[in-house]
Amino acid sequence: MTALLEVEDLRVAYGKIEAVKGISFKVNQGEVTTLIGTNGAGKTTTLRTLSGLLKPTSGKILFDGAALDTVPAHKIVSLGLAHSPEGRHIFPRMTIEENLLLGAFLRKDSAGITEDIERAYTLFPILGERRKQAAGTLSGGEQQMLAMGRALMSRPKLLMLDEPSMGLSPLMMQKIMATIVELKASGMTILLVEQNAQAALSLSDQGYVMQTGHIVLNGTGADLLRDESVRKSYLGED
Amino acid sequence: MHELPQNLANGLMLGLMYGLIAVGYTMVYGIVQLINFAHGEIFMIGGFGALTAYLALPSGTSLWLALPVMLVGGVIASVLVATGAERFAYRPLRTAPRLAPLITAIGLSIALQQVVWAFYPGAKKARTFPQFHGNPIDLGAFQLQRNDIFLLIAAPLCMLILASFVRLTRTGRAMQATAQDPDTAKLMGINTDRIIVVAFALGAAFAAVAAVAHGLRYGQVDFMMGFIAGLKAFTAAVLGGIGNIYGAMLGGLVLGIAESLATAYIQNVPGMHQLGGAGWANVWAFVLLIVVLLVRPQGLLGERVADRA
Ligand SMILES: Nc1ncnc2c1ncn2[C@@H]1O[C@H](COP(=O)(O)OP(=O)(O)OP(=O)(O)O)[C@@H](O)[C@H]1O
Ligand SMILES: [Mg+2]
Repeated sequence: MTALLEVEDLRVAYGKIEAVKGISFKVNQGEVTTLIGTNGAGKTTTLRTLSGLLKPTSGKILFDGAALDTVPAHKIVSLGLAHSPEGRHIFPRMTIEENLLLGAFLRKDSAGITEDIERAYTLFPILGERRKQAAGTLSGGEQQMLAMGRALMSRPKLLMLDEPSMGLSPLMMQKIMATIVELKASGMTILLVEQNAQAALSLSDQGYVMQTGHIVLNGTGADLLRDESVRKSYLGED
Repeated sequence: MHELPQNLANGLMLGLMYGLIAVGYTMVYGIVQLINFAHGEIFMIGGFGALTAYLALPSGTSLWLALPVMLVGGVIASVLVATGAERFAYRPLRTAPRLAPLITAIGLSIALQQVVWAFYPGAKKARTFPQFHGNPIDLGAFQLQRNDIFLLIAAPLCMLILASFVRLTRTGRAMQATAQDPDTAKLMGINTDRIIVVAFALGAAFAAVAAVAHGLRYGQVDFMMGFIAGLKAFTAAVLGGIGNIYGAMLGGLVLGIAESLATAYIQNVPGMHQLGGAGWANVWAFVLLIVVLLVRPQGLLGERVADRA
């Protein structure tokens, strides 16, 4: 397996408070890799550092053969890394379609963009029905679909999803998870951050467990699902 | 009351000018949440830039021919100073506490006044600005001053250009995205630093157009002209809903017309005869602001803060 993303001894701090304390992990081409961990473990911080919104204090980020840690945030997406942020962060006063178009901001191939917008509507039909609706008026689940659809609009090599199931009904969560499986089947490489460990690990090839800034455990999704400490801490069993 | 149409027309002119300046406050605020208190001085510098361009032309050039050159001169001066301020004064403070750029803006405002006062030839007093001569144009209900024709054409044109720019161009869409969610805009590949420069530059260009209109209207420019005009335009921006470009224009118009009517008529209200006249215009402008903010804190066209996420 070739690694599309390799992170080595990454450290990130907010002022004097270190949130990510030297983590290493990789994401293989064509696989779904999941980061799970308790609140405040540093998962979001890690993703925001990968997309350049935060600067690491040290460590290496190698993406598709290029070092990312000094690239400014607005240049990351053009390298093939798309990020659907925690809390969705759709542009509330723009329509669904305008949001999707912004996902393709750097692309010049208008025919391809139109095609991809239609593909997003096929993936999430509800978005197609509401294309002229202001995104801020969508339900949480619909906003999540829009955030994912928007991230896909850059035709990324790696899609990062930060808690796509947060705050969603069980039905909507299933729908999002099914979409991730569908994307994987189409060859997309995905880095997933999830609170819902059961659902996430069962569709993951690789998983990493984060705790207070460290990676404390890793293995295949199936391994982690069987692991006793994971079952205790994240699956609510005892 | 036969003078009502005339007072409305005067208010409209004043309002168009406030609105043009207010756009600069509102655009910058919408994108970086900074009240650029030096924007009044950006306006003033536009006036001096236009005057400089006029003086560089051969004497006797017709004012209609000179106007485009003056506009270019004003716009260049304003844009250079505004983008320079952004780059060297505000950008280094972007992650500093809010108070730091605000104090910087006030300091910059005073510094710009003093630089013009000290170094622009003859600027220790007001300098004469070229004007059109001839009688006002009689439109029946009211008279239109020849010098206001420029403003009457330029202000709506500027607004039309801005609205189309924001809605239809790639940079315009990037501007909207940056205003709504700067970090996510970066994730889309938008160079938000560049967008901020564009916002400062556009606001400065509008201020320069307003300064030319101001110069024509009053026949002079002076180093303090940005103070009251800036304060009024800031009021207009807040009145209309800060962050909203249409709100800025609307706020300007409401303020200009209210000011003009208050100046003319408040003295007729029983018991208020001593509160009328031009001396009280500023007072009524701010009274209006306070009333609107009490009733509608987000301003006329502003969104509730919760929507700004
Ligand atoms: N902007 C910030 N300023 C200061 N500290 C922060 C900031 N953002 C996050 N932190 C801190 O960094 C640590 C890691 O936060 P992070 O958001 O990365 O966790 P997380 O694993 O994504 O948690 P959750 O599952 O709750 O989303 C936390 O202790 C948090 O309080
Ligand atoms: Mg998080």
